[in-house]
Amino acid sequence: MNTAHTSSTRFSPADIEKIRADFPILKIRVKDHPLVYLDNANTSQKPQCVIDALKEYYQDYNANIHRAVYEISERATAAYEASRTRVAQFLNASGNNEIVFVKGTTEAINLVAQSYGRPRLKPGDEVLITALEHHSNIVPWQLVCEQTGATLRVAPINLQGEVIVEEYERALSEKTKIVAVGHISNALGTINPIADMIAKAHAVGAVVLIDGAQAAPHTPIDVQALDCDFYAFSSHKIYGPTGLGVLYGKKALLEAMPPYQGGGEMIKWVSFEKTLYQDPPYKFEAGTQHIEGAIGLKVALDYLCHLGLDAIGHYEQELLYYATNLAREHRLNIIGEALHKASILSFTLDNIHAHDVGTILNHYGIAVRAGHHCALPVMEFFHVPATLRASFSFYNTKSEIDCLFEALRKTREMFK
Amino acid sequence: MNHDELSELYQEVIMEHNHHPRNYGVLPNANHQAAGFNPLCGDRINLKLNIDQDDKITAIMFEGNGCAISIASASLLTEMVQGKPVAEAYGLFEQFHELLTGKTVNTASLGKLTVLAGVNAFPARVKCATLAWHTLKAALADDASTVSTETGNDL
Repeated sequence: MNTAHTSSTRFSPADIEKIRADFPILKIRVKDHPLVYLDNANTSQKPQCVIDALKEYYQDYNANIHRAVYEISERATAAYEASRTRVAQFLNASGNNEIVFVKGTTEAINLVAQSYGRPRLKPGDEVLITALEHHSNIVPWQLVCEQTGATLRVAPINLQGEVIVEEYERALSEKTKIVAVGHISNALGTINPIADMIAKAHAVGAVVLIDGAQAAPHTPIDVQALDCDFYAFSSHKIYGPTGLGVLYGKKALLEAMPPYQGGGEMIKWVSFEKTLYQDPPYKFEAGTQHIEGAIGLKVALDYLCHLGLDAIGHYEQELLYYATNLAREHRLNIIGEALHKASILSFTLDNIHAHDVGTILNHYGIAVRAGHHCALPVMEFFHVPATLRASFSFYNTKSEIDCLFEALRKTREMFK
Repeated sequence: MNHDELSELYQEVIMEHNHHPRNYGVLPNANHQAAGFNPLCGDRINLKLNIDQDDKITAIMFEGNGCAISIASASLLTEMVQGKPVAEAYGLFEQFHELLTGKTVNTASLGKLTVLAGVNAFPARVKCATLAWHTLKAALADDASTVSTETGNDL
C-alpha cells in the first residue's frame, strides 16, 4: 500500500489533503476551474493504488484464471481468489463460497430474481419492495412477477423520504416470498432500518435481498449480524473498477439455485446428454470473468479499510451536515430529510430545472447529478421531474461545498 | 467552453421565452396532438394543433414541464410554425436540427430559432431543444404513442 494515513477515528484537514493526493483525477481542471466532483453516488473516483493494480495485472501477469498450469495464470488466479477472500472478510460472510462476482449490483439482483425467484414464485405469492428503490431493484422483480404470476407489492414512504415501517410490516404476510430493499436510497440518501426490516421479513418466512450499492462505500456491513439472505454491491461505487459487482448469498440458498447463465468455467462435466455444474460460487461465474476488476476491487477495499470506515463515516456526515445547513440558509428545496441519511443531498433550486442548473454548475467545474436518478417513482412521489444531487465522499472538502453554493448563487442570478 | 458559450446558451430571448412561454395551454378542439418525453431528464411536452383542409397549421399550443431550453424551444416553435403549411414545418425542423448539430446552414429562413444556435456547444442539451420538434413531427403524423428523444439520433 502506497498510502500512509492514520486510521484513527477522525480525519484531520491534513489527513484529507493526503487522501486527496491519492486520487490523481482530483488534480484536473474543468472549464478553467479545479474539478469539484460531487457525483460520488453515481460513481466514485479511483485512488492511484487501484489504477496501479490494473496496470500491473496487464503488464506483469495478464492471463486467464482457473484453467492453466503456467505461472502467470496461477498468479492471476491467486489474485482473483484473494479478492473473493477480501470481499468475504469485508462483508463478514462465513465463507468465500458465498461471494459471487457479477457485473454489478444490477446483475446481482437479476441473478437472484431469475435463479432464486423464478423457479419458486407462483401466482398468489408476493415480492415486496419499497417506494425508495432504484429502477434496478424494481424492474427485475416486475419481470419475474410477469413470468411467474406473482404480485409485486410496494411499501410506501413518508414525506421525509423514509419507509413507513408500520406499512411495511402490514404488507408482509405468509404470501411474501421475497423482500428486496435498498440499504441506502440513491436518490435521497435515506438509510433504511434494514436489520429490523430483515427480522420482520424472516418472521413471515420471506427471503431478503439487500441492494447495498449506496451503502457499501459508506458504512461497515456485517451480513451475518444482519442475517440477510442476499447482499449486492458494485465495485465502481466503492473506489474499485467499473464492470464488477458482488453478490453475497447464504451458502444453502446458492447451492439450491440453478445457474443464471451457462458457459465455460461453471461446469464440472459437460456431455450432450447432461451437464454437471460446479459448486457455488463458480456455478454462477460463466465465461471469463472481470479478472482485473476483482484484483482492483481488493486493492480498493484494502485502501478503504486502511482509512477506516468509521473515520470515513464521521467525516462524510460532517460534510452532509455542513452542506445541509448551507442548503437551508440558501433556501434550497431539500428533497428527502430522513433522520438517518448518508452523504447525499438531493434538492431543487427555485423553479429552475435541474438540467439548467447542472449545465451552469459544470461551467464552474462542478460535477453533480441532475435528473431522476433512476428512481422515477421517488420523483413522482415528491412531484418533481428531476432533482440535483450532490453526493459527498471522504475526499471532498467544505471548501468544495462552498464552491457549489457560490455557483448556485450565480445560477440564481442568471435566472432572476 | 468559455463564459461566452454559457451566456450564448442562456441568452435573454431564451430566458424570456422560458419565463413567459407563448401559446402555452391546451388548445380546444385540436385535430392533431402528440406527447413528447425525454426519459433522460423527465421533460414532458404535450402539443395540440389544428390543421386546415389546405394542410396549413392554423393554431398550435403546448404545455408541459422541462428545462429552460426545452420550454423556450417549444415556445419558439409554436410562434414559428403557426400559419405555415405542414411541409414548411418539416423543412424548418430539418434546418433547425442542422443548426443545433453544428452543420452549416442558411439561417435566414430560421428567423428567431437561431437564438438556439448556442446549444451546439452543449451536445448533451441538443435533445432538450429538439423535444418539441420531435413531438410536432409525431402530431403531424398522428402518432398517438408518446415520442421519446431516445428513439431519435440527435447526437
